[in-house]
Amino acid sequence: MTDATAMLTTNDGQPLKAALARSQRRARRNALLLVAPLFLFVLITFVIPIGQMLSQSVYNNNFSVAAPNLGAWFDDHPQGSEIDETAFAALVADLQYMKEEKLSGSAGTRINYDISGSRSLFTGSARKVDDLTPPYAISVPALDEKWTDPNLWRAMRSASSPLTGDFYLAALDLTRDEAGVIVQVEPRQRVYKMLFGRTLMLSALITGICLVLAFPIAHLLATLPLAKSNLLMILVLLPFWTSLLVRTTSWIVLLQQQGVVNSLLVSLGIIGDDGRIQMIYNQMGTIIAMTHILLPFMVLPLYSVMRPIPPSYVRAARSLGASSWTAFRRIYLPQTVPGMAAGALLVFILSVGYYITPALVGGADGQLISNLIAFHMQKSLNWSLAAALAGLLLFGVLVLYWLYDKLVGIDNLKLG
Amino acid sequence: MKTTLILTTALVGAGFAAAAQEVNVVSWGGAYSVSQVEAYNKPFTEKTGIKVNMIDADNPASPLKAQVEAGNITGDVFDIEVSDAIRLCDEGALVEINPDDLPPAPDGTPAKDDFVPGALRECAVANIVWGTVIAYDTTKFPDGQPTLAADFFNLEKFPGKRGLPKNAKRTLYLALIADGVPAGEIYEKLATPEGVAQAFAKLDTIKDSVVWWEAGAQPPQLLADGEVTMATVYNGRIFDAIVSEGKPFDVIWDGQYMDLDMFAIPKGSPNPEAAMEYLKFATDTQRLADQAMYISYGPSRKSSAALVGMYKDGKTAMAPHMPTNPANIVNAVLDDPEFWADHDVELNEQFNAWLAN
Amino acid sequence: MALPVYASPLERAWHYTYLVLCGLIFLFLIAPILIVMPLSFNAEPYFTFTPKMLALNPEGYSLRWYDSLLTFGMQAPEGPRNVAWWSDFWNNARWMQVAKHSVIIGFFATLVATMLGTLAALGLSRPEMPFRRGIMAVLISPMIVPIIITATGLFFFYSKPCALLATVGLPGECGKLAGTYLGIILAHATLGIPFVIITVTATLVGFDQSLIRASASLGANPRTTFFRVVMPLILPGVISGALFAFVTSFDEVVVVLFVADFDQQTIPRQMWSGIREQISPAILAVATILVIISIALLATVELLRRRSERLRGVTPR
Repeated sequence: MTDATAMLTTNDGQPLKAALARSQRRARRNALLLVAPLFLFVLITFVIPIGQMLSQSVYNNNFSVAAPNLGAWFDDHPQGSEIDETAFAALVADLQYMKEEKLSGSAGTRINYDISGSRSLFTGSARKVDDLTPPYAISVPALDEKWTDPNLWRAMRSASSPLTGDFYLAALDLTRDEAGVIVQVEPRQRVYKMLFGRTLMLSALITGICLVLAFPIAHLLATLPLAKSNLLMILVLLPFWTSLLVRTTSWIVLLQQQGVVNSLLVSLGIIGDDGRIQMIYNQMGTIIAMTHILLPFMVLPLYSVMRPIPPSYVRAARSLGASSWTAFRRIYLPQTVPGMAAGALLVFILSVGYYITPALVGGADGQLISNLIAFHMQKSLNWSLAAALAGLLLFGVLVLYWLYDKLVGIDNLKLG
Repeated sequence: MKTTLILTTALVGAGFAAAAQEVNVVSWGGAYSVSQVEAYNKPFTEKTGIKVNMIDADNPASPLKAQVEAGNITGDVFDIEVSDAIRLCDEGALVEINPDDLPPAPDGTPAKDDFVPGALRECAVANIVWGTVIAYDTTKFPDGQPTLAADFFNLEKFPGKRGLPKNAKRTLYLALIADGVPAGEIYEKLATPEGVAQAFAKLDTIKDSVVWWEAGAQPPQLLADGEVTMATVYNGRIFDAIVSEGKPFDVIWDGQYMDLDMFAIPKGSPNPEAAMEYLKFATDTQRLADQAMYISYGPSRKSSAALVGMYKDGKTAMAPHMPTNPANIVNAVLDDPEFWADHDVELNEQFNAWLAN
Repeated sequence: MALPVYASPLERAWHYTYLVLCGLIFLFLIAPILIVMPLSFNAEPYFTFTPKMLALNPEGYSLRWYDSLLTFGMQAPEGPRNVAWWSDFWNNARWMQVAKHSVIIGFFATLVATMLGTLAALGLSRPEMPFRRGIMAVLISPMIVPIIITATGLFFFYSKPCALLATVGLPGECGKLAGTYLGIILAHATLGIPFVIITVTATLVGFDQSLIRASASLGANPRTTFFRVVMPLILPGVISGALFAFVTSFDEVVVVLFVADFDQQTIPRQMWSGIREQISPAILAVATILVIISIALLATVELLRRRSERLRGVTPR
């Protein structure tokens, strides 16, 4: 047997095994070469920018570059050291530096993320720093007694190193107390956990509504003759191809107080003219518009699973004495589970990251976590916190994506 | 293939053709931007040949700060509030402006004596005086119209939704005024945690009935659509809705918040020379007076006041609609830019936490 | 789906209820899209049907909002509509400008996405492809990652695209991509790539790899094989992928919001400002035009799909 294998050679006398391996290698290399340009492209225009952005969630040097003296003092004096004259002298030197370099605003803002009220403390004190005289341990607290707060010094110590986990803590409504122990923030400042919760809850709700609405029409499409179902399919695909902004506009037009739906209800006498229902600029607006936008993503996978199910199965069950409900529940429904899983996961993944629609029709209580990321990016400019929130959101989405790949397989993603 | 090439060239050509000199002006959108286009931009382009791109923002200071932080300045002239001008100037982000470079008044008065107090800053020049006021739909309250800021919070007597801006600066003062705090003591109150708590407690009483707006053009639209019955609004926008669109709205001047808006140029802007040209042109006596012909904001130069006449329709006198009209400033809160330069971030943070809970 | 003859009255009743329910759901899907069309011809600045419109009185309808679309942003909107007027329109009307931006960005983004995506899909469909699943996951991820995360990432990256090079000692300054056509085109190409990959790999599922060998054995070089054998077969998939990529770019607003300048603002970006500030019926006129475009695109894709099924011999069930 070994002899026979050894004797197998190609025309030019090379062992067949090696030649095959080489050609295999070449084929693999060729396949990789075809994919390489795109892979590099996605790496540069997508993966690296996101990674770079996320790095801001653990790196913020706004305070550390503005306070080199305090940084040195914190290095020499471990946590729990007494805040003595040398500490205040370092503070005054840094305030002077901040004033010269115009850094008191950004340094104060960094501490303010941790302890509200600190920004004005820094800008105000830097403005008056030239009036301070030694001993600073007396003159600085005389300027503003907030400077003696041990929690402030804890925050400055933490911020004096640019690498920090503070922003992930903040994104989970956590902070540190004077001793550095992680605690919850005050109840009235808790925002993010609630928003993550709301995002998940609304996404689950929207996914549920989509499933309930998509199931009957997918079933109808799957059981009709192809010519008819292709025609009806256009009703599903047209929204899919229509601009997101157009669809959102339509819902504003339909749902606002002077809009079509309210006017219809008034003219039918169901509600009075002064009892027009608020259906938009609140959570309800977000739910309705997002359900509409995401419904095709549920119908399509359901349809592609339902279409191949032979109608004879249900008929066989009926002929064996099952009621139509039992036949549906025991025979038909289990076969559609893969389609439901695929659709539900996709809709859930997409809705967790929605931004445009909630921003336009969500009012105050219909905003999702993406809207808060945008807020911190564009308005409050707390980019490190935005990055931390984005990191948490991305992590959640990637877990769902992994689950989708496991359960459904990315290859099975279908578009119409 | 050849047709594709021609098509491509044509498209690219069309897209990149606008390479002439231009200046990007970022302003507040809506009727206000329209007034600036008419009063400043069109005559500026006519005189200099420089094209003006008007870019709208909810508050131009937001994109300005973001652009400064990211080191990617795309706007040339920004129309911002005084507190933001001070803050950004302190941080070294704005071009300093020499008052002697600004054109004098027609009678020769130098610019630094011609502008109203506070209108000339190290890095910014004011163009208008404006007020944030309460406006209401007169058709919604047949049994008696609201007259005071406190009525805004009286949901029983004046039912309906309320429109409020989604920020601390233009909500907290209103709550305090409505709670009986005199206009002169607002900032003392807001500097203390108790005062801030008092303002939020007052806002809590209407929180469920508030529709929050972000762009200045939204509140007149919310009133017109019947989404709200009362809203705070920039006085020029509501003037536009009442006078030029004939909407049945009226204004409560009690507790108005009076403010200046300024032009500033960030360091590192793409067209610095054109930007400075524009800033000088737009803040001269005639231009500021012209602006008041299109919207009821007061000019920031004393010499412009005499030139302000009728609204563009030729029959509406502007004076009674101006935020500076003596009858309108009885209980007015004056902007304290230094206070907001220091406390804006903190109070907005508290405001957002309050809003979310 | 016909009702079986043995159905009980209850089942009959349920069956018709079910059909009515389906009808309502289809109405929910399609009504919002169609409703904007008649409303865009409203003679009044309202978003509801006026009595005159309901009575089909021609006075209730007008083209004024379409007209306002044309003239918005023009230097001299009044005056006779002669050559000068139309040239003013072509150069200065804001909706014309943003439409030009949208088309330029969409065209090049589609070109990049389609070329790179088709090549990669060919590689991914080869049986020898290593790490297929992992690579596929990365290439599809732009469709899955929340757009706000992509946009913020690009916002920083485009402000200083070479900042990372500085960490390895190379110069960190090389201009910027924010506020350039190139930047938006690259971003939109990335967002369109998953669609090209999905549609082209789907076409290649039924592709008989032995055709390539047959072609080679008959003396064709790889280039000829690609253009004469492979391309005609996968073309429908490539075109519908390209259309998806184009629509993605044409509809995208968040990235544009974060990284575009005044000179690259697109149609959806302009709609975004319009909706947030003042939804005049002019927005509905734009919406109507966009709906008509999407109907045309949808029809194209449907025709392609059928052609592709015929070509590959997949007979419709």
